[in-house]
Amino acid sequence: MQEVEYVAGLARLKLSEEEKELFTGQLNTILQYMDKLNELDTADVEPTFHVVPHVNAFREDEPQRSMEREEVMANAPSRKGDFFRVPRIL
Amino acid sequence: MMEEAMEVLTLSAHELYERFRRKDLSPVEVAEVYLKRIEEVEGRVGAYLTVDPEGALRQAREAEQRWRKGDGAPLTGVPLAMKDNICTKGLRTTCASRILYNFVPPYDATVIKRLKEQGAVILGKTNMDEFAMGSSTENSGFQLTKNPWGVERTPGGSSGGSAAAVAARECVAALGSDTGGSIRQPAAFCGVVGMKPTYGRVSRYGLVAFASSLDQIGPITRDVEDCALLLEAISGHDPCDSTSAPMPKEDFRACLGEGIEGLRLGVPQEFFIEGMDPEVEASIWEAIRVLKGLGARVEEISLPHTDYAVATYYIICTAEASSNLARYDGVKYGLREGEGDLREMYLETRSKGFGPEVKRRIMLGTYVLSAGYYDAYYRKASQVRTLIREDFDRAFDRCEVIVTPTSPTPAFGLGEKVHDPLQMYLSDIFTISVNLAGVPALSIPCGFSGDGLPIGLQLIGKPFDEATLLRVAHAFQQETDYHLRSPENLTRGGP
Repeated sequence: MQEVEYVAGLARLKLSEEEKELFTGQLNTILQYMDKLNELDTADVEPTFHVVPHVNAFREDEPQRSMEREEVMANAPSRKGDFFRVPRIL
Repeated sequence: MMEEAMEVLTLSAHELYERFRRKDLSPVEVAEVYLKRIEEVEGRVGAYLTVDPEGALRQAREAEQRWRKGDGAPLTGVPLAMKDNICTKGLRTTCASRILYNFVPPYDATVIKRLKEQGAVILGKTNMDEFAMGSSTENSGFQLTKNPWGVERTPGGSSGGSAAAVAARECVAALGSDTGGSIRQPAAFCGVVGMKPTYGRVSRYGLVAFASSLDQIGPITRDVEDCALLLEAISGHDPCDSTSAPMPKEDFRACLGEGIEGLRLGVPQEFFIEGMDPEVEASIWEAIRVLKGLGARVEEISLPHTDYAVATYYIICTAEASSNLARYDGVKYGLREGEGDLREMYLETRSKGFGPEVKRRIMLGTYVLSAGYYDAYYRKASQVRTLIREDFDRAFDRCEVIVTPTSPTPAFGLGEKVHDPLQMYLSDIFTISVNLAGVPALSIPCGFSGDGLPIGLQLIGKPFDEATLLRVAHAFQQETDYHLRSPENLTRGGP
């Protein structure tokens, strides 16, 4: 339960008491299931993070048109002119 | 509905192309028939989150102009539906999440751009599990979608809306996305064709990210020829997605009729597990018999790490998701909640905006990546992923195509698994190793259960060998009529 609260904090989630209780049980069950991977000896196995073989994708550094500013800003929950407005930070 | 309109609804994309070309049907007529159909059956199915009649009719009029000038492409004037995690410029794109309830993309995904260049008509955006996390579409933040073959059943997920729309003839074909089976499993449940292309075959630019090393966009269609047509339209290298493969465009229809004489089909023993529905198993063996009759050879093969795929997948996909979904902070788009300071805004926005499954996966992913657990979970899973990949490499020394069921059961009931996340995860057992290995696979209808529910056959291919998958699937459809059946009585009464 304490661990659930800690992880929720890292993920910037605020959980209700019911959610905390529910997730503690469910996440335990799921993690226990995942422990089955320990049946496998992987000491000498390279991990796969990505299946594509290419490493870097380069292209010419040419200027291109960006998106329409107004269409992008139209999605802002709060704005001031061409800026996104957020609560005070400092 | 008029008889003529009903006939229009039976036409596949390649049949529409012929009719448009011969000028005995017009794109505007066809769009109107589909918009009417949506009005009539949506109450029963619930496949769409957004229908865009004005946009669709505008695109249909433009398509008509193109046909008049003799400038029609294979998809010019063909009405399609898009999963709601694919960005459509000017048309709301929600990922079925309340956190994006009002998001209007300022750009088109590359796949949408390519379809629009061909003059396709986009009818609307389809329902899904929130952020594509789920196997039944029940995790949508907005509505349930019902399986057109039995409205008390789920359509599968996460691309349940797209698969249901194709099955209910609310569009000719659709796009979905597949991270662990999200195209193939709903295609199987709804009795349609669904393909997850090789990782990198189709650009992910404009697909809202869930698990970036697994996600791939693909077609959901009525038959294999349409699948080839759509794949051809959306595939190809894209500088906007650095993981998209620098492969030349391919004509996926060219080899459809070539037959499968002498082709080696691998049947992995690990996929015929305890708990598999006997009707599913019988249908798969019957399908293998049909393919043998067409000249294919059957080899027993082994994918020894299959049993570890679900655990591996749910570590990797939740890890990637927890990172990808960090962007939903209430600043630039979507929902914003919370009065006080910045931290309060993040907490309130994310807690009110995300549904339970998304929170669960963010929690799991954050946990498996956190200090002290990274090696035990994320690194370990990434190593097992290598073993799973190598299983496929070895298997493909002995065969060209692997044949399995798409799902251990036909469509399960609404509400049946939604409260038991692990049971829901285990229903993906046959589809997820394909994403971990990055190989292509498709599901085609291969039978029906005693209750009249569709059963899906999965064909898995070598990387970038979609052509062979399509050839085998097409040969099967020339011999069978499962893909020609359609659910009845959707317009009568309500649930």
